[in-house]
Amino acid sequence: MKLSGATVTELGRRDRLGAWFAHHRLVAVSTLRGLLASPVASLMTWLVIGIALALPAILYVLLQNVSALSGQGGSTPRASLFLVQSATIEEAQQLTRNIGQQGGVERTAFISATDALAEFQERSGFGDVLRTLERNPLPHLIEVTLSTADPPVISGLVEEWRGIGLIERVSVDRQWLERLEALLNFGKRLVAALGLVLGAGAVLIMGNIIRLTILNRREEIEIIKLFGGTNAFVRRPFLYSGFWYGIGGALCALLLVQGSIMFLATPLRVVAQSYRNEFVLQGLDWGAALLLCSTGILLGVLGAALAVGRHLSEIRPR
Amino acid sequence: MIRFDEVSKRYPGGIEALSRVSFELAEGEMVFLTGHSGAGKSTLMKLVILIERTSQGQVFVNGANLNRIPVRQIPAIRRNIGVVFQNPHLLFDRSVFDNVALPLTISGFGPREVGRRVRAALSKVGLADKERMRPVTLSGGEQQRVGIARAVVNKPALLLADEPTGNLDPDLSQEVINLFAQFNQVGVSVMIATHDLGLVERMGKRELVLRQGQLTEHRPVRLI
Repeated sequence: MKLSGATVTELGRRDRLGAWFAHHRLVAVSTLRGLLASPVASLMTWLVIGIALALPAILYVLLQNVSALSGQGGSTPRASLFLVQSATIEEAQQLTRNIGQQGGVERTAFISATDALAEFQERSGFGDVLRTLERNPLPHLIEVTLSTADPPVISGLVEEWRGIGLIERVSVDRQWLERLEALLNFGKRLVAALGLVLGAGAVLIMGNIIRLTILNRREEIEIIKLFGGTNAFVRRPFLYSGFWYGIGGALCALLLVQGSIMFLATPLRVVAQSYRNEFVLQGLDWGAALLLCSTGILLGVLGAALAVGRHLSEIRPR
Repeated sequence: MIRFDEVSKRYPGGIEALSRVSFELAEGEMVFLTGHSGAGKSTLMKLVILIERTSQGQVFVNGANLNRIPVRQIPAIRRNIGVVFQNPHLLFDRSVFDNVALPLTISGFGPREVGRRVRAALSKVGLADKERMRPVTLSGGEQQRVGIARAVVNKPALLLADEPTGNLDPDLSQEVINLFAQFNQVGVSVMIATHDLGLVERMGKRELVLRQGQLTEHRPVRLI
């Protein structure tokens, strides 16, 4: 069949491949130029996509920081053993050593009632009031860092401690950790849901913008089809537009995320310092930034592909 | 080059634009297709470039039975046919050069070959010095010649023109038709739809007359 005719047979396979790459480069550059030619309109689109990407990303960064914070003290729980008022320092110190040798205990720290009072006076601001007290209301305290998070082991230890006459009350911060863990899981779901909804929104916005571009270039598409342009050829510039919108949006999102973090870092450090914590808010790492960029590109190209798929077949030469 | 075999085309709504049309355009031949507006000239052309499909009968172009061409292969068929319209349908957002280069870019030619062929096509239609201009700054006749350059730049075996002189005054019309005749002389098959009967007579080529969807006359070549 002489279908392809003379013009095609004159082109070798290598020439065609070269021309294919050349056309990709040409289309990539010309679509970018097209976007930059109307900077305000393009910036608006970039910002819309940027905000849609930045919101879940900021939430993600905060979540990462909280879970890093919870891991800082080791993810294994700690226990505080409050001793009876009548316990002497010697008894307390002996008990501390004994507990330190138990299985499942990593280390122990003894805080005497006097030390505790001094620290409380210093930190609570009630120093003067406390000085008027006749005797120290605080008990001796043994702080125990556990080497395991295994619930049965912890329960066994707690039972044992409760049986010791010198110990009045045992408090384990396991519950707090469990709650934090649950909250973090909730936060992760929230990020995923928010990301999904906003991502879908970004795809639809993208699709709508590309749809308008397609309608504006209806005549060009008709002529390209009339002169034998394949669907892939017609699609190409629109997909590249989607690519540029996506990558621009992702860069906007990166700026928004890093900007917000810089904005939040100082007040958060002040809060952290009041808790005696050297806490530094971490931004996006390289992997996350790369993920953000590729998500942006994916959303842009996906939106463009949806619009092109829907509208291209409607446009035929007349 | 083109063969119609008992071709009918009905549009939705029952209008029969062509009924049982048969003719043949030999390789290297030039014919005129005449008839009133609505006689089916445009429909006939649309069947050749597969904008429309036949309701009945068969169309052969360059040996290929168009009824058997799947949608996927339509671009390959169209690349071997040059088309010119009454309104040249140029793209006003780019230069004359880029307009003419479009079919070559579509076919996948490299930049050097594109430059060579576009300049050759533009000089053939007498617009070699206008390649950097925007189509909007050209006169109607010049725009039509850009359209012709775009139609021939791919060196197609077949050239179709639908009322190419409809918007032009008689002198320009003659000039444009002469251009088609020149391409015909170097072996391109040409079919021109027109209702400028005076022009057709002057050219002395075969004439196909469409009347209400039927090919009623089939006059032989008359030489003047």
